Amino acid sequence: MATKSYAGVNVDVTEDGYLTDPTQWNKDIAAEIAKEEGIDLTDKHFEVIDFLRAENDKGTQLTIRMVGKSGITDIKGLYTLFPAGPLKKSSRIAGIAKPTSCV
Amino acid sequence: MSEEKKKTPLKKVFIIVAKGTIEDIYAGLVMANGAVMEGIETKLFFTFFGMDAIIKKRQNKSKTATVGNPAMRMPGGLPFPTLLGMLPGVEAGVSAMMKSQMAALDVPPVDEFIEMIVAGGGELYACKLAFDMFKLKREDLDDNVKDVITVGELYELAGGEPGTQIIFT
Repeated sequence: MATKSYAGVNVDVTEDGYLTDPTQWNKDIAAEIAKEEGIDLTDKHFEVIDFLRAENDKGTQLTIRMVGKSGITDIKGLYTLFPAGPLKKSSRIAGIAKPTSCV
Repeated sequence: MSEEKKKTPLKKVFIIVAKGTIEDIYAGLVMANGAVMEGIETKLFFTFFGMDAIIKKRQNKSKTATVGNPAMRMPGGLPFPTLLGMLPGVEAGVSAMMKSQMAALDVPPVDEFIEMIVAGGGELYACKLAFDMFKLKREDLDDNVKDVITVGELYELAGGEPGTQIIFT
């Protein structure tokens, strides 16, 4: 485990750069992680992020299909928001653990 | 973070699905969808009985073989006798169970899974030889199938820089 500074806050991250404690997360941190992934966050991104965080709190195993059925965006839209990493990048930006599902 | 060894990410895969049981089809689709989600350029090639995955009328009706499948187990873990697999309704029952177990893990039906792969930029191709052999028509195939191609065209599509990993499931 390592410590990284985002938006002036020190957070604990895994080797892959995922926050280990979702409660350390805030929107400024999200914006800086997103910048590392080459993404400028919009309201739509935050809708997905909020959804992922809420589902993660419930202990759900996250999948892109779930996001596609959430009514926020469809699968294609999700790929547009988080190119080349619809679940991994969005999870990292959302400050939650690296996804463990295969779908 | 110390980066001693430079990791070269996989860039392109071509996944070949040649068999038509539930697990053979899903093995290919799960790998393809996973690749798309990793940002890997992904193409699928369906041939022989694997064509069932892209034949509209059959794609969601695949079965698991209950005969000649020595790895199959009863729900408790005991070996599944081949003789039992021959009884009417057993294949349908086992297949329904396989599907419900996968649905519980949020694995979609085949047609929806294909939609997901294509939504992420994956491409589907049908084998010309199998297409001709089974006397299929273009309208029999899932609308997401990009083209019906020869094996030579498959290798052409797999070319370029960097080369493509071809995976036969």
